[in-house]
Amino acid sequence: MAEPVLAVDNLATHFFTRDGVVKSVDGVSFTVAPGEVLGLVGESGSGKSVTGFSIMGLIDPPGRIVSGSIRLKGEELVGRTEAEMRAVRGRSLAMIFQDPMMTLNPVLRIDTQMMEAVHAHEKVSEKAARDRAVQALAQVGIPSPEERLSAYPHQFSGGMRQRVAIAIALIHRPALIIADEPTTALDVTIQSQILAEVQKLCAESGTALVWITHDLAVVAGLADRVAVMYAGRIVEQGLVDDVLDRPLHPYTHGLIGSVPGDSMPGKRLMQIPGSTPSLGRLPPGCAFEPRCSRAVETCRAGAPPLAQGSHGRAYRCINPVPAEEAA
Amino acid sequence: MLAFVIRRLAQAFFVVVAMVVLVFFGTYVIGDPVWMMVPGDATQEQVEEVRRTFGFDQPVYIQFLTFLGDVLRGEFGRSYVHGSSAIGLIVDRMPATLELALAALILAIVIGIPHGLFAGLKPEHPVSRGIMAVSILGFSLPTFWVGLMLIMLFSVMLGWLPATGRGPVMSILGIETSLFSLEGWRHLFLPALNLALLKISLVIRLTRSGAREASLQDYVKFARAKGLSPRRIIGVHILKNIMIPIVTVLGLEFGSLVAFSVVTETIFAWPGMGKLLLEAIQRLDRPLIVGYVMVVVLLFVTINLIVDILYSALDPRVRLTGSQS
Repeated sequence: MAEPVLAVDNLATHFFTRDGVVKSVDGVSFTVAPGEVLGLVGESGSGKSVTGFSIMGLIDPPGRIVSGSIRLKGEELVGRTEAEMRAVRGRSLAMIFQDPMMTLNPVLRIDTQMMEAVHAHEKVSEKAARDRAVQALAQVGIPSPEERLSAYPHQFSGGMRQRVAIAIALIHRPALIIADEPTTALDVTIQSQILAEVQKLCAESGTALVWITHDLAVVAGLADRVAVMYAGRIVEQGLVDDVLDRPLHPYTHGLIGSVPGDSMPGKRLMQIPGSTPSLGRLPPGCAFEPRCSRAVETCRAGAPPLAQGSHGRAYRCINPVPAEEAA
Repeated sequence: MLAFVIRRLAQAFFVVVAMVVLVFFGTYVIGDPVWMMVPGDATQEQVEEVRRTFGFDQPVYIQFLTFLGDVLRGEFGRSYVHGSSAIGLIVDRMPATLELALAALILAIVIGIPHGLFAGLKPEHPVSRGIMAVSILGFSLPTFWVGLMLIMLFSVMLGWLPATGRGPVMSILGIETSLFSLEGWRHLFLPALNLALLKISLVIRLTRSGAREASLQDYVKFARAKGLSPRRIIGVHILKNIMIPIVTVLGLEFGSLVAFSVVTETIFAWPGMGKLLLEAIQRLDRPLIVGYVMVVVLLFVTINLIVDILYSALDPRVRLTGSQS
């Protein structure tokens, strides 16, 4: 296997609040190969977005990366100064956000916002920067990009704005884009268009993608590999088909079971009882144990170790779902 | 945009008409100015004579129509005290007041915005807490007291700046101003600071809350993710967003700076309109009071119009709704 674009090793990002330390990300490890799409799945508060922001170096106080390493194309990002991070951000590492209504500055024209992204990393003329912006807009499928360039964000629809944001992210052909639920705020038809577009663009430019979402259907259609997060840890990861067809962790199994897709009409959907635990007060053993139907006595003793399988398959469970139940 | 301006102009016209009516009847009920104009031992005939001269013997609606006619011609009659045209007296004093208000506005912006930005971007910093504490003082201390303290400190104790009056004026484009000489600024600084104090505090608080709110927005995070420098993020992305409320408020406050410079002008013996008004009120000089109020009304209306137009220049979303409806 080629050298990974991104290697996250044992990352821990904690928030030091008045009510105690919140371990939003606690020992997360994964790698992303060049051109690969990794789906990072989890509920709200599972630490998936914080993982994304940690990679970008955009964790603000009271939050802090307390340990671990993040290597982008072999270069360590943890411990860099703000100025050193700024040189990476937007150039070899880009991010797309959840709400396209909020990510573009409402009082600045699109050309200003795109050209400043070019100028942030390259000393080029106004004209050259403008040409780059036009190209980038055309690339993401915005009709008559020359004219649209002088529009304000409120003159675009939600889907168009997200395309603009994607165009900005792609402008320096980064090695990796972190997409934090970029289609969640869009309606379903636009969502599928954007997904197809992103997939195509990343394949063309060889950009790897970390796609953060809570939508398993999106992951199934888009990702090469998937990592499932629960309470700040990756509980299971592997190739998308392996994980979705044969989940080993009861949490993954529950998530898949609660998707309405294949279930019989009239039959109740499977659901995971309870809700995500408060990150400040996790149970001593497996974090999922209180909600788990397969919990046994030893689950409460300590955090389950990482079990390795073939094809990069890994899971944290001492009593995994047997094959006959997983189907 | 044009429709927007025309609609605002029409609204402004009605405001002015309403104010003309209010001002006339307002001053009409204050009292009979004749008694302020005649000597104490005047005979009944002399009093009646004065009444006739000024038209006070006419019924109220005739007086109102005469007044309306004057207003349409841009006249507010002759000052009872000074004997010359009321509007002329006010216009003569106006540059001094505008100069003072302008200087105060500049101080409010130059001092207020940087301090507000700092306090908003680093809310936990001890300096920020200091700025906020001082701004509370700026809000709560009465203007006249602060004015006296400023005089005591800078003029009496330190002797750095003159306590009263206006510096030497020169005529620039037909307007008398003291803004272009050092001595002029030495005279202007204390009264301007006194007048600006409240506005500085206001701008600090507005900027701070705006900056705090804006810095949490996704577009700031996205701008950081693009690799932009903090200077560009603060100077363009954040500042342009928070300038919208600041411009609105400052624009409106400029009117109040002019209108309520009365106290500051009195303390610093600044020869502006405010001082003129105070004297006019003391002597029930009706044309002068009416003239002053009308000038201030026109000033407010004009300022509001300019603010609306500026606002739409700053916020493209306002522009859109303005041209559609």
